[in-house]
Amino acid sequence: MSEAPVLELHGITKSFGSVQALRGADLVLTAGEVHALLGENGAGKSTLLHVADGMLVPEGGQIRVHGREVVLRSPRDARAHGIGMVHQHFTSIGTLTVAENIALAVGRRGCRPDSGLLERMDLHAPVESLSVGLRQRLEIVKALFTGAKILLLDEPSAALAPGEVAELLALVRRFASEGGAVALVTHKLPEVLSAADRVTVLRNGKVTLSAPVEGQSRDSLALAMLGTPASRNVETSEASAPPPSELPTLRPSEVCRLGHIVIHAGEMVGVAAVEGNGERELLRSLAGVTGGGPVPALEEGSVAFVPEDRSTEGLIPAMSVAENLVLGLERDPRWARGPRLDWSAVRRHASRLIEGYGILASGPEAAAATLSGGNQQKVVLARALEGRPRVLVAENPTRGLDLRATAYVHEQLRGAARAGVSVIVYSSDLDEVLELGDRILVVHQGQVSEAPRGADRQVVGDLMLGIQRAR
Amino acid sequence: MRAERSPLLTAGAAIVAGFGALLLGLLIAGYDPLLAVGALWRGAFGSRDALISATLVRAVPLIVLGLAVAVAFRAGALNIGGEGQFYAGAIAATWMGMHLGGWPAPFAITAVWLVATVAGAGWIAFAVLLKLRFGVLEVISTLLLNFVAEAAVSYAVTGPLQEAQRVYPQSEPIAEVARLPLLPGSRLHSGILLALVLAALLWLILTRTVWGFRLRAVGLGPRAAWVSGRISPQRVTGFALLWSGALAGLAGGLEVSGVSYSLYQNLSPGYGFTAIAVALLARLHPLAIVATGVLFGGLEAGAQGMQREAGVPAVTVAAAEAVIIITVLLADVLARRQVRSRVDTLERESA
Repeated sequence: MSEAPVLELHGITKSFGSVQALRGADLVLTAGEVHALLGENGAGKSTLLHVADGMLVPEGGQIRVHGREVVLRSPRDARAHGIGMVHQHFTSIGTLTVAENIALAVGRRGCRPDSGLLERMDLHAPVESLSVGLRQRLEIVKALFTGAKILLLDEPSAALAPGEVAELLALVRRFASEGGAVALVTHKLPEVLSAADRVTVLRNGKVTLSAPVEGQSRDSLALAMLGTPASRNVETSEASAPPPSELPTLRPSEVCRLGHIVIHAGEMVGVAAVEGNGERELLRSLAGVTGGGPVPALEEGSVAFVPEDRSTEGLIPAMSVAENLVLGLERDPRWARGPRLDWSAVRRHASRLIEGYGILASGPEAAAATLSGGNQQKVVLARALEGRPRVLVAENPTRGLDLRATAYVHEQLRGAARAGVSVIVYSSDLDEVLELGDRILVVHQGQVSEAPRGADRQVVGDLMLGIQRAR
Repeated sequence: MRAERSPLLTAGAAIVAGFGALLLGLLIAGYDPLLAVGALWRGAFGSRDALISATLVRAVPLIVLGLAVAVAFRAGALNIGGEGQFYAGAIAATWMGMHLGGWPAPFAITAVWLVATVAGAGWIAFAVLLKLRFGVLEVISTLLLNFVAEAAVSYAVTGPLQEAQRVYPQSEPIAEVARLPLLPGSRLHSGILLALVLAALLWLILTRTVWGFRLRAVGLGPRAAWVSGRISPQRVTGFALLWSGALAGLAGGLEVSGVSYSLYQNLSPGYGFTAIAVALLARLHPLAIVATGVLFGGLEAGAQGMQREAGVPAVTVAAAEAVIIITVLLADVLARRQVRSRVDTLERESA
């Protein structure tokens, strides 16, 4: 590169609790280039961007702007160095006009970038009346009005239609051709190949590839993203043909087209997806908890759901462990006597589960809020399994858990499958999906497909990214 | 755990804080605080007559309205419109009571209570409808409906329900048969028994029934109630608000059939608002509401005594009430934070 770098991140390390998000990651931006950042969920792309924006302070490593070492303690520091960030979620205020939102972002100091950024944008229209594409453009415009010369974009195309993506990329390219530098986080390989000059691929917090886009292919990028195919023990039980129970023929929801995939009793189905491809909607429509009202996809009471967010969706922290263990099962004849609830029966049930599932709690009356994350998840699982479901849907069931708790959850899920429950488990960690699933469903842009039996990391990864490979 | 042992302590601390503020205010304003508080005590609990005819008579509407507030708050819905539903109940009760001549007393009284209950539920039904249909916050709609109800009372007592001479802005008295029996030698009516029964009943419903469990679940964790419990929060809060309004309406009916026997403006000296304090100080516990209802009934009664004997304006007591409530709310927030930080510590340790 003849150009001197405008922004350099060297050997950045950052951890959240016990999770090491970045393990010595580098990123070098030069003026005039669009630099794509690729990686799986949790690879550290967004974290790296947030470090460059001053939102996160790294534990180790160096940041240089125009060759001078700087310390970025806040987005304001970053702004002072000409770094502007566009977040994944829109940050404009819907009821204010375009002009007002720009003024709000710019504050007292700002500059006026030219190049017709505001074309087709009605300055006096309230932002909520704009299309998603224009709102995304406004986010970039706001960053440019603050005088940014280095633009960090966190998945800007996630919510856009194809036409809008093209416009967005054109805008980004123009900014670069005028001397700006752009870092662009994306999941989409075609965007990288068509719009970026350089690409850096992260995996597990480390850079696995940093090179000009020229000479790269979808295959080489996918390989860098997913790494070497992970070895996995496929415990296939081909001998025992699954009983043709007419259980959940998955129903099409608005977001997911499911085709004719049928899941049988006792199967453990892993769901893999790059976040935001409709996997959440798939799980929730299966679990019957979509949006506003009940959509019983299956026979009522036959589906148990383990939601990703324990503290707001899985549990009621202010209620006791016993109460949480019967949430949704309050009509169960084991303790419901007509309209009356027999609490001593509930407590007996709870004590039994506390013992059986090894829940660390001071007793059935302890508030769920006083339990650790792993024990809270045990409560959620115990309740789900004790409802005697035919189908168990689990959404990131080991999120935030330590190794022991994770192993425990896996064991419980496998046990449920062995007992004849159809277990459908999604995890944002592909390795976990591969480890657990007998069958793997992949959700890509709202379409569900099934990976061939015994498919390895690479095959599933390709499906997740929508790569067609001649085989 | 710490949050669990504290309710009584909190309530005690709040009451002490409230009285401290009252004393300080009296001192600063140049009154003799001891004389004033003495008068307050005598007016509230100082004699059998003060206790029964002043304090307990005021405690009845406060308890029933406090229960109304508790039903809604426990479901996570903030019914600030107890005052309006009370008036709706009072209007209906008066109208019914005026047209019952010749009925046997038990039927007459039942009829009065029934229409008051229905009227209270009907009044809050506007707010429920607005909430479920258009997402209008019930805090705002119930509050604003208070003013409408007060205007409706003004209209009723100067229009359709005005007494025959058309001189005073008040209604004809209700029929004798519709009036509640009094405790001999006092002004305390038998409605207090109903208030006690309702408190016990509500406590049983909240703690011992499926319905009460669902209501508490929705109040404490609406997302979890829906996602993990398949309990519809809209349905539960809607019904809770209707029951809340019904109770508040019944309080209005009790006041008309037991105390005033007729309808007039300012029938309630803000019972609907004081009841929020009653319910909060009791931590929304139905049985505790009986105690806090008597306490606040005593404050209301004592305030009158203080004004008579020490010349201290009765509204000063409202300031003390406010301090009590703020203390309770503050303690609540702190307790929640304590639990939160405990959980964080646990999670760090287990991570």
